Amino acid sequence: MATTEQPAANIGARRPRKEDPELITGKSRYVDDISIPGMLWMYVVRSPFAHANVRGIDTSAAEQAPGVVGVFTADTLELGALVMAWPINDECKAPPHLPLQKDKVRYVGDPVAVVVAETRVQAKDAAEMVSVDWDPLPAVTDIKAALAPDAPKLYDDLESNDAGSWIFERDSPAPRRAATAPFFDDPDLVKIKEEYYLARLIPNAMEPRGVVVDVNSAMGEYTMYSATQIPHILRTGMAITCGIPEAKLRVIAPDVGGAFGSKLEMYPEEALVLGLAKHLGRPVKWTEERSEGYVATLHGREMYQQIELAATKEGDLKAVRVKLWASMGAYMRLITPGIPMLGAWLYAGVYDPEAYDFEYTNVFTNNTFTDAYRGAGRPEATYAIERSMDALARELGMDPVELRRRNMIDESKFPNYTIVSGLTVDNGNYRGTLDKCLEVLDYDRFRAEQKARRESGSTKVLGVGFSTWLEMCGLAPSRVLAALKYIAGGWDAATIEFMPTGTVRVLTGVSPHGQGEVTTFAQIAADQLGVEFEDVEVLHGDTGVVPLGMDTYGSRGLAVGGVALWKAGEKIIEKARTIAAHELECSEDDLEFSGGNFTVKGTDRSANIKALAFNAWSAHNIPDGMEPGLTANHLYDPPNFSWPNGAHACVVEVDTETGSIDVKRYIAVDDCGVRINPMVVEGQVHGGVAQGIAEALFEEARYDEEGNLLHGTMTTYMVPGPPELPSFELDHTVTPSPTNPMGVKGVGEAGTIAAPPAVINAVVDALAHLGVTNVERPATPERVWNAIQEAKR
Amino acid sequence: MKHITVTVNGVRHEADVEERELLVYFLREGLGLTGTNVGCDTSSCGACTIHVNGESVKSCTLLAVQADGMEITTIEGLATNGELHPMQASFQANHGLQCGYCTPGMIMAATSFLKENPNPSEDEIRHGLEGNLCRCTGYHNIVKAVAAVANG
Repeated sequence: MATTEQPAANIGARRPRKEDPELITGKSRYVDDISIPGMLWMYVVRSPFAHANVRGIDTSAAEQAPGVVGVFTADTLELGALVMAWPINDECKAPPHLPLQKDKVRYVGDPVAVVVAETRVQAKDAAEMVSVDWDPLPAVTDIKAALAPDAPKLYDDLESNDAGSWIFERDSPAPRRAATAPFFDDPDLVKIKEEYYLARLIPNAMEPRGVVVDVNSAMGEYTMYSATQIPHILRTGMAITCGIPEAKLRVIAPDVGGAFGSKLEMYPEEALVLGLAKHLGRPVKWTEERSEGYVATLHGREMYQQIELAATKEGDLKAVRVKLWASMGAYMRLITPGIPMLGAWLYAGVYDPEAYDFEYTNVFTNNTFTDAYRGAGRPEATYAIERSMDALARELGMDPVELRRRNMIDESKFPNYTIVSGLTVDNGNYRGTLDKCLEVLDYDRFRAEQKARRESGSTKVLGVGFSTWLEMCGLAPSRVLAALKYIAGGWDAATIEFMPTGTVRVLTGVSPHGQGEVTTFAQIAADQLGVEFEDVEVLHGDTGVVPLGMDTYGSRGLAVGGVALWKAGEKIIEKARTIAAHELECSEDDLEFSGGNFTVKGTDRSANIKALAFNAWSAHNIPDGMEPGLTANHLYDPPNFSWPNGAHACVVEVDTETGSIDVKRYIAVDDCGVRINPMVVEGQVHGGVAQGIAEALFEEARYDEEGNLLHGTMTTYMVPGPPELPSFELDHTVTPSPTNPMGVKGVGEAGTIAAPPAVINAVVDALAHLGVTNVERPATPERVWNAIQEAKR
Repeated sequence: MKHITVTVNGVRHEADVEERELLVYFLREGLGLTGTNVGCDTSSCGACTIHVNGESVKSCTLLAVQADGMEITTIEGLATNGELHPMQASFQANHGLQCGYCTPGMIMAATSFLKENPNPSEDEIRHGLEGNLCRCTGYHNIVKAVAAVANG
């Protein structure tokens, strides 16, 4: 059931962000702003070849260059392999990925040596003097070509570039409802088969990566500042790779300038800087250059998809069968092999068929490694089902909206409905959300306008595309992760400390880098504890301050970290209640807590939580045996994923003479449960949709046959600017999640998951009367024009 | 090395700089004004936008030596007497920033743009800021923030 939000003083309020004052005045501190006395600079020598043997590396000239302290290769700087945390099953091939390659390189940008010098410029100058004797090998960058029997092999020890498959029937801990074969064999059903190629993407956080490591040699202690989403996970991984006791390593994510998954990683450069600081006993710094980052920072998405639907002639969806072939790039990085699996349960979307099959094959190619990019697995799933639902509607001669509505999971089945792929969705009202979207769009009027435009003979035609989507986020229940062979847990931690003066310090294990939790978590704590929003400070992103955490990714900040905070708040209120009962000489049951005050029922006798906090700190008069202080912490392991959903519609105008596309309207109706700060939620949707539109229309990282990245700088890779995007029309529904006491879900990836099929469906819809059924993404003017010409033939 | 004199945020600085040093690195590493960010190496992103003699310039497109004798304002110098510039306040009020990395450049570009075009349409704002990239906001709230200042 949809409910209305009840704004309390803070929860539900559009609070301006606490983060902003420093960010708008230039007082922010990103990693590249950090300088430490005695600090050295690292520059990385990278492979110019996509595939080559390394015959030798001559560092002698570079070593003599001005300011150079040392030049290191895999032979002279010993480091372990980088941690790979998701070996999806026994088939999974994951050869060790070392920070520096010794004998062979496998992508353009693969590091082979590092130069360390007194200044940034000296390190860069000297790097050009490192001479590598390369023996170039044939390279393969296309997924299908890499699977050919005679393809160049990335790993001599492996049989082929096939890195292993994951098959739903065999590998999913949750069984699907039924197998699909009988449905696809049924002659009475309508079947369609669609194939899509999802281009490789580059995340492009505005802040390039960077690492600074400070060292206390006497104590053997290291402090790593990294532009990372995952300071806690990184500490564990770097301790392993660099052979440093974990307790001697502190990782700080200072201000981090966006990430979108690209900083959910353990990178060679992080291990190299730490390894060099250890080896040299001096602070070391590395700042990524943007063009360097285009080959050195993870890529996302690239895969071939094949999706088949079986349905009755009336339009009842019966079965969904999916096969994927995904590019790993050259190495298995932190969670590379598992990325396609994050969509494994979602290829039936918001629909309710009877049967489901899914499998994917991972493939090594001579490209930069892929890993999590905003949405990770779920945009891919949404793209396949939402594009193919439009294809099915065309096949059946049905309206795409009606086909969707007919097949949506019925709202009466919620909460907690087990979908065809075997997982249990928390809550939703898909038809209600769709209705709201249609209302904002004014669907009937649009169709009339579209028809009139076509009949006028105009070369500028209109199209609308829909994406009614579902995702699973709030990663993740630890036992489910165990069943999926992910090696860590999915809990998060929060600590609340009342200071003696009555202000509140919140420590959260999530590591925001733009998402605004310093503000939204303060809103939660202020309402729950009955203190002023201004009196709550939220600290994060420093393992020395917040010892436990699982960091920020997978739209988990609020859905996991925020719930941990709420649970810590419940504990602190209970302790305060005990102290209040002691002071007021009453039973705890006689106390009501509201607005920060414990009041004896039916009286005007009360105690404020701030005064109780002082008393707990002074410990002059607390119950016998009670520990002093008013603090609490909680580690929260979510019992389920969080399942945001929504209905998005995109209206485009396509010029049939040039193929150019103008996005006229973008409507996003989202359901992320209860919203803590609607302004922040809207910002997340705006940014996600922008990235999704860009994925559909602009962005691709293509390689030439030798394995050179053709879109290798910001001038050739099309990150959209302000003129390329429209203003967005947002609305929402609220079906609270029953999984947690606040009713919240995640929202960070929603827009990116939803938008690409809405946009491409709109382009195809605009050109449907010309016979166009597909435009490969990104739908550049050239591809659109070609699709029109092909349809004419 | 070449000797230069520049006035940055009202303070006169003299320094010896390498001929090849970009202005943005002189500001960040020479003067410690790290509010101006570097987001690319192709003059594409606009994160390093500052004002030179009152006009917005990407500070990665000038050499430090070219700034000799010029008046520069960076994000650190935009607020006056502790009062935020209206554009800074509007970015916060309209949630025109998330990670904040593009924000100094975006604010400097926007203030300069409004001087040239005090009453822009939405479309003009979008084209006026086309040299500045943001990956977080989808520009929706940035455009709103600039329009709010223009409409006073």
